[in-house]
Amino acid sequence: MANQKVKLFSLSFFRGVVFQVLGTLAGMGLVMLIRLLMGLPAWKAEPVWVGGAFVGVFAFLIGAGAFSDWAKMAFGEDVPEHIETDPNQPGWAKYFHISYDHKIIGIQYGVTSIVLLALAGTFALIFRTELAAAGLQVVELDMFNTLIGLHGMVMIASILLGVGAMSNYLVPLLIGASDMAFPRLNAFAYWINVPGALLVVSSLFLGGFDTGWTGYPPLSARAPLGMQMFFMGVYFIGFSSILGSLNIIVTTLRMRAKGMGFMRMPIFVWAAVSTALISLTATQLIGLSFQMVMFQRLFGMGFFDPAKGGNVILFQHLFWFYSHPAVYVFILPGLGIISELLPVFVRKPLFGYKWIAMSSLGIALVGFFVWAHHMFTSGMAEYLRVPFMYSTMLVAVPTGVKFFSWVGTMWRGKMTFETPMLFTLGAVSIFLLGGLTGPPNATVATDLHLHDTYWIVGHFHATMFGGFIFPFFAALYYWFPKITGKMYNEKLGKWHFWLMFPAFYVQSLGQMRVGLLGMRRRIADYDPALNFDFSHLLITIAGFVIAIAVTIFIINVIQSLKKGEVAPNNPWNSRSPEFFLPSPAPEHNYADHPFEVVGEPYDYGLADAPFVKFDAAPETAAD
Amino acid sequence: MKHFILVAVLVAILTVLVGFGLDTIGLMPELASLQGVFIDQLFRMHIWVISFLFALIIGFMLYSIIVFRRKEGEQGDGDHFEGHAGLEIAWTIVPLGIVMYFAFLGSTALAETRRADPNAYNITVTGQQWSWRFDYTDYGFSSDELRLPADRQTLLMLTSTDVIHSFWVPEFRVKQDALPGEGMERELRITPTELGRYKVRCAELCGTQHAYMLADVFVVEPEEFDEWAEEQLKGVSDDPVERGEVWFGQFGCTACHSIDGSDKVGPTWMGLYGKEEILADGATLIVDDAYLFESIREPQAKIVEGFETVIMPPTGASMSDQQIQDVIEFIKSLGE
Repeated sequence: MANQKVKLFSLSFFRGVVFQVLGTLAGMGLVMLIRLLMGLPAWKAEPVWVGGAFVGVFAFLIGAGAFSDWAKMAFGEDVPEHIETDPNQPGWAKYFHISYDHKIIGIQYGVTSIVLLALAGTFALIFRTELAAAGLQVVELDMFNTLIGLHGMVMIASILLGVGAMSNYLVPLLIGASDMAFPRLNAFAYWINVPGALLVVSSLFLGGFDTGWTGYPPLSARAPLGMQMFFMGVYFIGFSSILGSLNIIVTTLRMRAKGMGFMRMPIFVWAAVSTALISLTATQLIGLSFQMVMFQRLFGMGFFDPAKGGNVILFQHLFWFYSHPAVYVFILPGLGIISELLPVFVRKPLFGYKWIAMSSLGIALVGFFVWAHHMFTSGMAEYLRVPFMYSTMLVAVPTGVKFFSWVGTMWRGKMTFETPMLFTLGAVSIFLLGGLTGPPNATVATDLHLHDTYWIVGHFHATMFGGFIFPFFAALYYWFPKITGKMYNEKLGKWHFWLMFPAFYVQSLGQMRVGLLGMRRRIADYDPALNFDFSHLLITIAGFVIAIAVTIFIINVIQSLKKGEVAPNNPWNSRSPEFFLPSPAPEHNYADHPFEVVGEPYDYGLADAPFVKFDAAPETAAD
Repeated sequence: MKHFILVAVLVAILTVLVGFGLDTIGLMPELASLQGVFIDQLFRMHIWVISFLFALIIGFMLYSIIVFRRKEGEQGDGDHFEGHAGLEIAWTIVPLGIVMYFAFLGSTALAETRRADPNAYNITVTGQQWSWRFDYTDYGFSSDELRLPADRQTLLMLTSTDVIHSFWVPEFRVKQDALPGEGMERELRITPTELGRYKVRCAELCGTQHAYMLADVFVVEPEEFDEWAEEQLKGVSDDPVERGEVWFGQFGCTACHSIDGSDKVGPTWMGLYGKEEILADGATLIVDDAYLFESIREPQAKIVEGFETVIMPPTGASMSDQQIQDVIEFIKSLGE
């Protein structure tokens, strides 16, 4: 409202950014002072920037108030259960402020994720325009290399935040908890992403980096300053994954509603827990590998420097030990969404609940034993190639179980095709494309041709779109009424889908095609003699269509928030407990609506077999 | 039962359509090596299995979407069945068997690509930002192009002077990274089968000019190869300037230094000799023999202003004094 004055500086986000800038300057000054005292050149040195950036991140967190309650506890002061925002601020302000409510944190994750998605997508549009024809037209070589690396890592950050959004918002609601086990840790895990993401993006303005998102040394050991900002940003974002996962696991273990045994949890929770197990135990390795390169640059430690007895392959082992399981972090929640939504729109039980639950754990487990398939041509010890081929092929088995079970779920149902269902079905077909193009990369002989080509790019994007992007949009449309209390615009939702779905197929199949013909990854210019200019043009056009589709989504969200229809409690006739709450979900979830689990979660088509029984008849929305 | 028969027909039709479509479209580029034969065979099997599985899932999905959709005015839910343990076990075991079989095929095909011919002759391939050098160690000469006799196995020993590069000729299929460091040489065996001109394309991002890190490959008749080798062996030239120009190409100087005055990553060589340069630390000097020699041997010793962030590869370490002298003569010939 017009008369509500917004005090920006009172909001965590803006205060954090100001603190980060000041903290960075202070940190730089400190390092300069130390260097002066040591008699080293103080100005323009890399350690000055790195030291400043490091201090800046903590300054952000202090400014945002992420440490405040812990500090008070340490000094024996009382802390409030909930953070109250200034009642004189407008409603949106609380999303820019630190909050312990898992739903607000979930929305913070989600919005940040979409912002980063748009940013990384814009990077992609720039270099896709460059690749529309052979020769160099739009960007310089170094800028191109920086953009592909940033596209990769900003997308990864976006996906991790999107996964955080789904886990944080949904897990407590689905298991009948009123919040997460550690609300302050939850807030901390979100807020550390913000300075981290700012650092990653700052690399664009500090010389960039020419290594791609993988940051392999020795190239990354000699790249410009931007490399260090990239490393450090990712390093801090990693903390979010680790701490957030811890919270999901504890919440699921300790805070389920009465009667909700493990085999009665909504299936997404299984996916979220499997994901959390990976993030909790593997993220350290990417942090470590990046930290080692940072230290090599700062202190001359020769971990990966052949001249000092280092070995460049070591980095790749450490890096992929996280970065392969990480792709299961990206896709498992999405596959969980598919399993969660299909029964609702097919009006049938989920086929083989236990098998789907176990296949998520299976993928998470096998995922730890396959990392070296990224290194078949890297020159690692040759005898590792065959065992890693066998272990990699195993991934297909639990993934196959999911596909067959989804098909079993669809069989003899009564399907309807609202936007969330369209995205779910689209996700199944695209993830199928991504999954099936995996085994040729796993059998070493064929990988010798496929590795580091656009075939891999096509395969990977199919797994990401099928395993994350499409399910994420499905989830956003599906829970939009529960999140906002408004219905989204169905017509725009369908436009979104019918633009994005075919465009994605064109893009991905086109990438695979040029890759097989000899298009290498990460090149700004290609040999016109290879005769795939036209395919590249099509890929670029498809990329722009996807961008238009996402823009339609954003318009839909904004429009529906402003003047969407008021949402009923249960627009999908779902059996899940959150749909028995008013829309939007109340601040303390089930605190005023306790329930008991009395049946199976997906018994659609079975009369008189409720999943949950509320103690008191659930109130209808107060309207 | 009627449903299953119809779906089976749909799946069969889709499999044939997708499979033949992919098989005839020409997915792979021209094949020009013996090692690639096994790779293409395996890839073709993959394509057929992919076609079948894609058709299987998509067939069932499409059928469900069309037949099991909610009809106008229809009420109620779908059939209530929660699963089938027998089916779940079947679609765990059968795929397990298939992938293990494919892994087995993968390892036999890999073994074929690694099959060693004791008569293979040796070439050391050195990658550096952003060029390739080929040392014909059995003969004792070097070249900036890769010339291979047809139908004879070559053992390439790959190495790098700076960052990781990757040796890939798409028509040969096989690929191997070239790593920096002692004891990090990696081998790759290639038996070219088709005469023609191809290109080595660096497949591992190696910095600014990665896209342009190419080298010509010629597969020629063995007689033609012998003639060429003999020519190379005669020595390059008696003229140090001409020799310098050859080293300029072979040692990859051309990747960063132009000879026409235009700017590349490093300073141009045109008019370099005798020029007054300002160094990064503010000192000035006249470019002479001694300075050029030092700059090639120890590139980081004196940096010209404006090139502080560029790290020149340690190319000079693998050049003889005479070769460096030749290069200096070549630079002199480019005018003062």
